[in-house]
Amino acid sequence: MKHILDLTLKDSRFLNARNILMKFTADEPLPGMKPGQFVEAKVEGEPKVFLRRPISIHYVDEEKNELWLLVQTVGNGTHQMAKLRPGETMNFVLPLGDRGFDCEKRNQRLLLVGGGVGVAPLLYLAKALKEKGNQITYLLGGRTKADLMQLDEFSKYGEVLVTTEDGSEGEKGFVTQHSVLNDNKFDYIYTCGPTPMMKAVADYAKKSATPCEVSLENRMACGLGACLCCVTDTKHGHECVCQKGPVFDINDLNW
Amino acid sequence: MAELGVKLGNLTLKNPVLTASGTFGYGTEYADFIDLNRLGGFIVKGTTLNHREGNPYPRMAETPSGMLNAVGLQNKGVDYFVEKIYPTIKDYSTNVLVNVSGACIEDYVQCAETINALEKIPAIELNISCPNVKKGGMGFGTSPDMAAEVVGAVRKVYKKHLMVKLSPNVTSIAEIAKSVEGVGADSVSLINTLLGMAIDAERRKPLLSTVTGGLSGACVKPVALRCVWQVANAVKIPVVGLGGIMCATDAIEFLLAGATAVQIGTANFIDPAVTMKVIDGIDEYLDRHHFSSVTEIIGAIND
Repeated sequence: MKHILDLTLKDSRFLNARNILMKFTADEPLPGMKPGQFVEAKVEGEPKVFLRRPISIHYVDEEKNELWLLVQTVGNGTHQMAKLRPGETMNFVLPLGDRGFDCEKRNQRLLLVGGGVGVAPLLYLAKALKEKGNQITYLLGGRTKADLMQLDEFSKYGEVLVTTEDGSEGEKGFVTQHSVLNDNKFDYIYTCGPTPMMKAVADYAKKSATPCEVSLENRMACGLGACLCCVTDTKHGHECVCQKGPVFDINDLNW
Repeated sequence: MAELGVKLGNLTLKNPVLTASGTFGYGTEYADFIDLNRLGGFIVKGTTLNHREGNPYPRMAETPSGMLNAVGLQNKGVDYFVEKIYPTIKDYSTNVLVNVSGACIEDYVQCAETINALEKIPAIELNISCPNVKKGGMGFGTSPDMAAEVVGAVRKVYKKHLMVKLSPNVTSIAEIAKSVEGVGADSVSLINTLLGMAIDAERRKPLLSTVTGGLSGACVKPVALRCVWQVANAVKIPVVGLGGIMCATDAIEFLLAGATAVQIGTANFIDPAVTMKVIDGIDEYLDRHHFSSVTEIIGAIND
């Protein structure tokens, strides 16, 4: 069930120059949300912003009744979001996306690959996967050390490996060049990040015959599958990322 | 509580609030947020004779107080609608209208004829104004003769309420309205989107795969109001107003300009429950101004 509701900002802080971690809460228990799903945020007070902004669910802390969002400040909408102060409210439509990540895996070796702010949905995913006895390895990439975020949080659920393009942290290069990929030992791959990165991960997955799913971030309006703006080209024709995704099996995409 | 019911010729609405085709899916997408049965009606997405994949991504760009879309009538064709969709929506206790589009007159006629056979669909909205398709669409809605030709052909096979959706991308929308009235349209709805364009200066590329697209949202309201006022003064059939309605006051302005009913479109993307607020807001306005029926304010700026 999807809801329209106001959440109160409890805490927010910039993790680096561009990305802000925002923790929201509510008086009532938050609706159930699944890893890979997203929310549509209503940005107030910025005349240039007309539509809601789709943001991935970074983490849900059920005990503290908190929804965490990792927001990259790239345009008018997200910059305005970052100005919200603790105690202020923001209106959301949530949870959205009929297909989140496959969280039914048990006792498997799983690789979670993220780049930039695309690491966001991998935290809540890892929590769900770890509860089912899976062994999790993260492979997280950035241009430089400062781009890497939430490593302490990620390391609660698995081994964290990193790459940076300038070699300032972890192995130098792209995630798909990391040495851990040389021996194919993973049962399943999940990925979210810039499209070129996800396509490179999908190529690796196909070559190594590893099943893989990706989370897409197409430009969207309604978030409900009504306007048909955010389509991606699949084996079944154009499908709405907001409704049929945002997570897709790479074999269903015409990549 | 004022009377909210209105009549569009032979079509009775429990209130003047409809939803605009292409913004409301098949209605069910909004069922978590609103009681669809409270609507005056909803108009399902553009349906064509054959399956259409629509235009390539990207199909949408945000603009000041609005958005451009270039979806291009993506749908699975009228037979799919009849078999898979109709059974899931036919039992709502509101008017379910189907928006019908086509690439040639024969397509419109066959599609309308198929829907004519559906007992629980009391009306179609004939789309002669889509700016996002290469063949047909707006091509039919920009000349009075072409508009009359397609509407007249559909009128011969379609026996129920025939609403015709008009394009604002014309020299005189009133001329087009008079033309379709002359060949038997039961009502006209306006406006469809305004042809527009957006550019990414940094990349030196258009933001839409099709370069141009249809502009909707709050920014188009003044143009839409003007069109509704002009058409309402030119024809005798009822006018359904749409274009940039974001709240009850906007809807009331369209009624005052001469619309008998309104459609809510792009606003559904921002507030999926906006239609309920518009219905309640019209009710509140009528009480506050001591009107006993919404029909008293239709065209009231001319009084």
